[in-house]
Amino acid sequence: MDVSRDSSVEVLAGGEEEEPAETLRRSLKAQRQRRKKKLLDETTVEESHSRAQEQRKRRDDDEEEEEEVGEMEEISEVRSIQRSRGRLEAEPEPDDESEMGARSFTRSPRDLPPLPMTRPSSSLSESSIRQRMREKLRAARSKAESLLQQEVAVEPASRLQSLRDRDTVTRFDREAELPELKQTQGGDPSEIAGKVKFREAVRRVRIETQRGTGLPTAEEAFNFFTFNFDPEPEEEPSKRRKKRRGRREQSEGEDEGEDEEDEEEPEEQETEVERERAGEEEGDEERDEEAALVREGEEDLFLIEQSRQDFVEVKKAEYIGYNTRVQRDGELLFTPSVRTVPASSKLPENMQPRYLEEEGLYVGERPVVTLTNENILENRILRQDQGTKWFGDDGRIIVLPDPIKESSTRPPLFHMEGDLDPALQTVYRKAVKSKYAKRYMPGVGDTQGDYQLDVDVAGLIFSHHGLFSREHVLGARLAQLYDQHLSRQHKNLTRLLTDKLSGLRNTVRNILELHDGQGLSEITQQRIAEYKQEVKITRQMRDAEQEKDRALLKNIVKVWKEMKALREFQRFTNTPYKLYLRREEVDRDLDEREYDTEILAEVSELQAESIEDYEKKVAEYKKQHEEWKSWKKKQKAMKKKKKKKHHKSQDEDEEEDEEEESEEELGEEPPKPDPPEEPDLEAVEQRVREKASRIRRKPGEPILVPELSASSSVTPNEQCPRAESSRRQDVSKRSLFVKVLYNDKEVSRTDSRALTADFRVHFGQIFNLKVINWPESIKLQVYETVGSTTAQLAEVFVPVPEPSILTGSATSEQLEFSSDQRVVFNHEGVGSDVPFSFEADGSNRLTLLTSGKLSCCVSWAVGEDDIPLAPPVAHASAGINSGIKQMDAIACIGASSLNDMKKLGKWAAESRLDPNDPNNASIMQLLSVVSGGEVTVPAYFRLEQLQEEFNFLSDEELDRSRRFRLLRLRSQEVAEFRGYKCVPALEREVSDKIFQDYEKRLRDGKIVDTKEHLDAHRALVAKYLQKIRESVLNRFLIAKHHFLLSDVVVEEEVPTIGVLGLNLFKLAEPKRPLKPRRKERKKVTAQNLSDGDIKLLLNIIRAYDIPIRKPQASKPSGAMKSTRSVTETFTAGQASQTPIQGIDWPLNQVVVRPFVEVTFQRTVLQTSTAEGPNPCWNEELLLSFSAPNGDYSTSSLQSVKDEVFINIFDEVIHDISEGDRGGYHAHIERHWLGCVKIPFSTIYRQSRIDGTFKVDMPPVLLGYIKEHNLASEGGYDIVRNLTEGAFITLFITIEPQLVPGDSMREKFDTEEDERLLLASEFFEKDATQRFPDRPCLTTVIDINGKTVFITRYIRPLNPPQELLDVSPNNAQETAELIARYVSLIPFLPDSISFAGVCDLWSTCDQFLTLLAGDEEEHAVLLCNYFLFMGKKAWIIIGNAIPEGLSAYVLTHEQSRYLIWNPSSGQYYGQYDTFCPLQNVGCLINADNVWFNIQMYDAPMRISFDVTKSKFWKPFFSRAFAHPGLSSVQPEDLVYRRTDRAAATELQDRIEKILREKIMEWRPRHPTRWNRYCSSTLRHFLPKLELSGGRDVSEEHRVELQSLLGEYRISGFPLHLPFSEIQPIIEAVYSTGVHKAEMSNVEFALAVHVHPYPNNVLSVWVYLASLIRTR
Amino acid sequence: MASSNPSVFLLMINGQIEGAKFPEYDDLYCKYCFVYGHDWAPTSGVEEGISQITSKNRESHNLVWNFPLDITFKSTNPFGWPQIVVSVYGPDTFGNDVVRGYGAIHIPFTPGKHTRTIPMFVPESTSRLQKFTSWLMGRRPEFTDPKVVAQGEGREVTRVRSQGFVTLQFNIVTKDMKKLGYDTTPRSSDGASVTSLSAGDPTHTL
Repeated sequence: MDVSRDSSVEVLAGGEEEEPAETLRRSLKAQRQRRKKKLLDETTVEESHSRAQEQRKRRDDDEEEEEEVGEMEEISEVRSIQRSRGRLEAEPEPDDESEMGARSFTRSPRDLPPLPMTRPSSSLSESSIRQRMREKLRAARSKAESLLQQEVAVEPASRLQSLRDRDTVTRFDREAELPELKQTQGGDPSEIAGKVKFREAVRRVRIETQRGTGLPTAEEAFNFFTFNFDPEPEEEPSKRRKKRRGRREQSEGEDEGEDEEDEEEPEEQETEVERERAGEEEGDEERDEEAALVREGEEDLFLIEQSRQDFVEVKKAEYIGYNTRVQRDGELLFTPSVRTVPASSKLPENMQPRYLEEEGLYVGERPVVTLTNENILENRILRQDQGTKWFGDDGRIIVLPDPIKESSTRPPLFHMEGDLDPALQTVYRKAVKSKYAKRYMPGVGDTQGDYQLDVDVAGLIFSHHGLFSREHVLGARLAQLYDQHLSRQHKNLTRLLTDKLSGLRNTVRNILELHDGQGLSEITQQRIAEYKQEVKITRQMRDAEQEKDRALLKNIVKVWKEMKALREFQRFTNTPYKLYLRREEVDRDLDEREYDTEILAEVSELQAESIEDYEKKVAEYKKQHEEWKSWKKKQKAMKKKKKKKHHKSQDEDEEEDEEEESEEELGEEPPKPDPPEEPDLEAVEQRVREKASRIRRKPGEPILVPELSASSSVTPNEQCPRAESSRRQDVSKRSLFVKVLYNDKEVSRTDSRALTADFRVHFGQIFNLKVINWPESIKLQVYETVGSTTAQLAEVFVPVPEPSILTGSATSEQLEFSSDQRVVFNHEGVGSDVPFSFEADGSNRLTLLTSGKLSCCVSWAVGEDDIPLAPPVAHASAGINSGIKQMDAIACIGASSLNDMKKLGKWAAESRLDPNDPNNASIMQLLSVVSGGEVTVPAYFRLEQLQEEFNFLSDEELDRSRRFRLLRLRSQEVAEFRGYKCVPALEREVSDKIFQDYEKRLRDGKIVDTKEHLDAHRALVAKYLQKIRESVLNRFLIAKHHFLLSDVVVEEEVPTIGVLGLNLFKLAEPKRPLKPRRKERKKVTAQNLSDGDIKLLLNIIRAYDIPIRKPQASKPSGAMKSTRSVTETFTAGQASQTPIQGIDWPLNQVVVRPFVEVTFQRTVLQTSTAEGPNPCWNEELLLSFSAPNGDYSTSSLQSVKDEVFINIFDEVIHDISEGDRGGYHAHIERHWLGCVKIPFSTIYRQSRIDGTFKVDMPPVLLGYIKEHNLASEGGYDIVRNLTEGAFITLFITIEPQLVPGDSMREKFDTEEDERLLLASEFFEKDATQRFPDRPCLTTVIDINGKTVFITRYIRPLNPPQELLDVSPNNAQETAELIARYVSLIPFLPDSISFAGVCDLWSTCDQFLTLLAGDEEEHAVLLCNYFLFMGKKAWIIIGNAIPEGLSAYVLTHEQSRYLIWNPSSGQYYGQYDTFCPLQNVGCLINADNVWFNIQMYDAPMRISFDVTKSKFWKPFFSRAFAHPGLSSVQPEDLVYRRTDRAAATELQDRIEKILREKIMEWRPRHPTRWNRYCSSTLRHFLPKLELSGGRDVSEEHRVELQSLLGEYRISGFPLHLPFSEIQPIIEAVYSTGVHKAEMSNVEFALAVHVHPYPNNVLSVWVYLASLIRTR
Repeated sequence: MASSNPSVFLLMINGQIEGAKFPEYDDLYCKYCFVYGHDWAPTSGVEEGISQITSKNRESHNLVWNFPLDITFKSTNPFGWPQIVVSVYGPDTFGNDVVRGYGAIHIPFTPGKHTRTIPMFVPESTSRLQKFTSWLMGRRPEFTDPKVVAQGEGREVTRVRSQGFVTLQFNIVTKDMKKLGYDTTPRSSDGASVTSLSAGDPTHTL
């Protein structure tokens, strides 16, 4: 409905819309025509005007510009028309003219700015022309404005619009034709003609383009190219423009007389082109020019593109009124209404909404949706097809109930630790086993787990009660006796025993008869005896029973008599008891006979027994008698003997003793046995008869059977005396009930029953107890109620029934109870616990307690289907360990606690268990298992007991597999196999050789190979170091696999506030473009590098104080103290060689020509040669670096041991005239002057080394002297001396910059106090925060990998005594000597040996044992020595060049501070310029650590006074006192004596090796050795050693010259600490002496090894090359 | 040419990185590289590559590269089977080139054509502030080495966020695998034997 309405509206609207649009268009068209006509008219006017002007211009050049401007203005007008023509849609156009004028000057983005500045290529004249032109232009513009003001011309669309349209250029191009055609219909004829011409031009251009490109251009291709049009580069059009301008000026003159029309057309075209490229730049050009341009290339394309602009139609902006627009929008857009949709539209026709909720059905709560949204949604849905299916019966959108719960299901979590009130905090209590927990019967809850106990309380009978009258007492007794009688009767034991007795007798008789009294076997006799015994026992039992029966009967009768008497006495009857005695007559004869036989049998038995007994006794007697007799005899005999002996030898004591002893041996005298009496058989019979008469019924006497009945009538209450009646009333008041208690808990109670007159209470109630807990006790409590008071009378425990006792089969039990309550009555009742008497006199008193019998029955119930509701038997014993049972075969059968199966088996056998009894079944099963011996409880526990089953190979086999072994070793990262590539696929391809090295290494672990090392001790040390290294590396490997986030993820650091602030501050800084700034280089992680990527950049800047060649003899130096002749011989040689030099000499110019050669990894580069002792090279050398094995990992780079050798040479040119060939040969010789060694590891660690280094120079340089003596002498003698020598300024870095490896992050073990460690951590942190550049060290890692506080390393230690003895008086010399000694210990950086893992500090004794260490070990040792010598010494931790972070030693002497370099032995004053120490971080001594908090850190600018807390921050202060740390250093050091023989041997070996090496390095030349020179040198070396390399050079030189006059010699001694042979070889190689290639060269080599204590060796190598000079 | 007794097997991978689904980003390109064990060596082909930048189509949100992969490995040991690691980069709102995802997957080992989709992820910034600054400066957290994602080591310290999917297509051909005792073809498939070359061994029968 709605839709149709809408559409109709739309149609209506469309109709309306059409109308105005059409009219508008028409009117616009008309307007446009009008305007065009006017414009054209104007143009013609203008043109004529301009022509006039032109003519004028020809006369006057100055006017030319103005005219041009006029033209330009016209053109712009025309153009505007054309543009509007090309556009179909009208736009609101700016009305004011100024806009139009301005437009011609506003630049489109592609336009060239009109500023002359932007056209740098324009010549001056041109620019001036332009300048003028622009002025004119401006003037013309104002003129044009005034002209245009009259018009109501509407300026066509803005430039932007046209540009935007260009996107769809091709379409427009095509469409452009249409308006044009339209235009032609109503257009001006002249205009048409122009247009046609223009079109022709366009077509021509097109054709030309096609021809030019040579392509059969399809329309698409063309479009494609035009589409891809790019703006021209700026200069080109401008240039062209200028060109054009120039031409135009020319052509203007030439084409002056041309047709007006002709001129106009190209102008029009041109403007279009120009407009496209540069908006306001105009210029008219001729067609030929244009055509030429077109032919040039791409321009033609955009020319064509331009043409579409020609078809632009000027049209008024089409305005759509707001209402119509809204209407139009309304057609296209749908805005759902917010109004509620009527229910009827949402439901199918003719349906009433049905509300389920009202019908009582559950409808969930709908999620909350605002009504507006719901309405919108409903409206929207309704618009769709089948929209109604979204609606439910109630006319609302079908919605699922709100799934969100009101409250969260999960309770909020509290943190228990913190904020809870202490009272609410949970307290842990150890779990306690509940008392009742284990009473639960297992299996409860199972199907058969219903256990039921039936408690049947039948009733109770009082045997005594306080309310008993006397008669009652007697009655009760009578009843009791009668019950007894009845029960005995029931059992009838007498009869039973009598039968048994007769049976036994028969048996015995039978046996005896069977054997006829003889030939009885042993067994039979035994059995007879047994039987007889049994007969005896049985008889006695029978007699006892019979006696009891008789006594009972008598008692009954007696009580009954008493009762009768009492009744008579009190004249009323209280009890209904009545006793009858029934008499049973017996056959008298039979009875008598039986009686007699019985007696006879008994008598005979007794007689037999007694005879037997007698015989036994007789036998015993006889035996005893015999014994006694024999004893007597013995005694007598002994007595006799005694006497005899006594007579014989009275004196003999010994014998006497013996006698006594023997007497004693006989012992006590046995009692004399009495002979047994003869059994009196008569008496036996008598006794039997007597007994029989007493216990047995007389023969013939009738059998009396008592019968108690309650038939007697009780006297009614009225007839009773008062006391009795009150008693009876009392009785009637009483009532009783019984409580049933199960496990001490009352479960039920019986109804209360009144006490009857006969004191019997019948309850007859059965309680069914459903049992869950295991029954422990069942108790019945009897309560008596008198009125309102209830008192417990008694408590009866009922035994828990066996599971086999079931209801139905169970018998009721009489349970006796009694109460000790004392009850006294004032009536007839006898009371309880009260003495009373039946006698009148009160005698024979009797006290009775309330007692009675409760008859009840407790049994297990039987279920409906006859299943007993009783728990199983097994559970009764072990209800707890059901869990174990399933596992344990033994526990399964209920014998878990049995340990010894054998014992159990034995017991079972002994106790003759009935194997068929089901109760014993489990035991029997167990026993059968045990006897089988199958089950043994294992004594061990196994986690994966099935693992073995799944191993497809045994471990041994797996180990045997070479391939698996290889794989395993690789994954363990064993050094030999780390990164092993391509493990062979098959076992057979793995050769055993692979493991050879590895196994060898394992084997050789302990064997020390001394062959490779020159010194056995060094070999040991090397081994030891290797081991330490391995262990540390292993730890490192573990740590390496431990990653931090920064290792894996690159993330920008969050700038801190400080940094941000600083950066902001920097922003505000004025820009100083001339101030150079160092840019941070990008760091490269080492992993993705390969060979050749890393370059070492060396910038050799300059050197100072290079030694100069010795001047000629003519100018002897003042320093020389040589004899004249020697100098002459030496210099004469030189002079003869160098005539050129000789020429130079007078000028004293060429004193030295040094150059630098850099050797790194056997690549050699050199600088150019400079001149003079202070040369300046400033050259950059690039050395490529290749890592060992191409492994560029950080750890590998850190362990690179290569060093950069920077050698300084002097280039000496000798001109040799070779007479044979004539002419001169310039021979260049190089003389080594000194070197600087910088380890690669230092460069790598520091990434940049920049500074001035002291050149390591030999103490003697033949042919050179130092220039220092020319310099002005400084104040300090020592300082001046130290500054001797050459220096070189270097800058070294690695390109690209490598990221140095991090130190290990592992936390080390420690024995330090936790508090100390915390303090040190804090101290270091604080230090780095305040001065990030200053190193601070408080804890270090010792060789065992433990953290140790640094001050523990400092302790005065004794240096070798020999060193102290050298110059005991000169402390300074001694100190120097000791420094030299320390420096002679080889240097081995930790970073190399431990691959940058960490810096290990070894103690001094370890250091001296290892004979290798880095700066800190040297420093510690030196410091300790100085302390021993009584100096004030500290260790400086600071940065030095070239080693970087390093340790130096500071001493204080005579108000002066000296800084010692421990690894070179040099020392510097505090104010020494060339001190390698650059900054000072902290000072350390044995007591404290001080951190430098002064403003500066260069040693020159700081104060070393540690007492000033302003300058030095102490670690231990008053707040944190020194805890008295003990030193880790030993008490004192023990030095081994030097082994001179070993030193000599080593010396020879080194010399030999060096000789071989030099010859090896000169493979193409013969190497001749000058023995004479060598020996001279060898003699000289010890002197050098003694002097420490100083002050002997001159003397030596003189000596040498005298010996080797006819040789030109160059050479020098090298001094090295000895560690291994390799460094020595390297050093020799680096000097390049072997490179002398003269044919007549000779060499001299001398080696001297000077031993110091503890195997510290100083090695001198003197190397010289000699050239014979004829 | 001991073809009867080979000591290595060959794995030839031929395929393409088809495209990706990154719903939020556009103009992405990707890099790939291979990570393989010590026993593997590429014999031919290209190990690493950077694709062209691709833009989204307006309708579907798939970025399509169709960037070819072609590499052949030889190996003696299936341990360290090659994985391809793909990392995707693209400009963020400020035009900075940032990483849009890392992902890795093992090369399928059964011969034949396989299409695999790798879920991509990027490491997360350590803190909100970091996140903000990295967003601002266009320096998102990145892995030091994209190959990290192919390894387990060190990953426990990173937190990542999933980002999108990259689909790859592999055509796998193996040679001599079976001869060395590695049977990767499913027993029932008969089509697989077609692609498993057993060149130069006529006696070899299944």
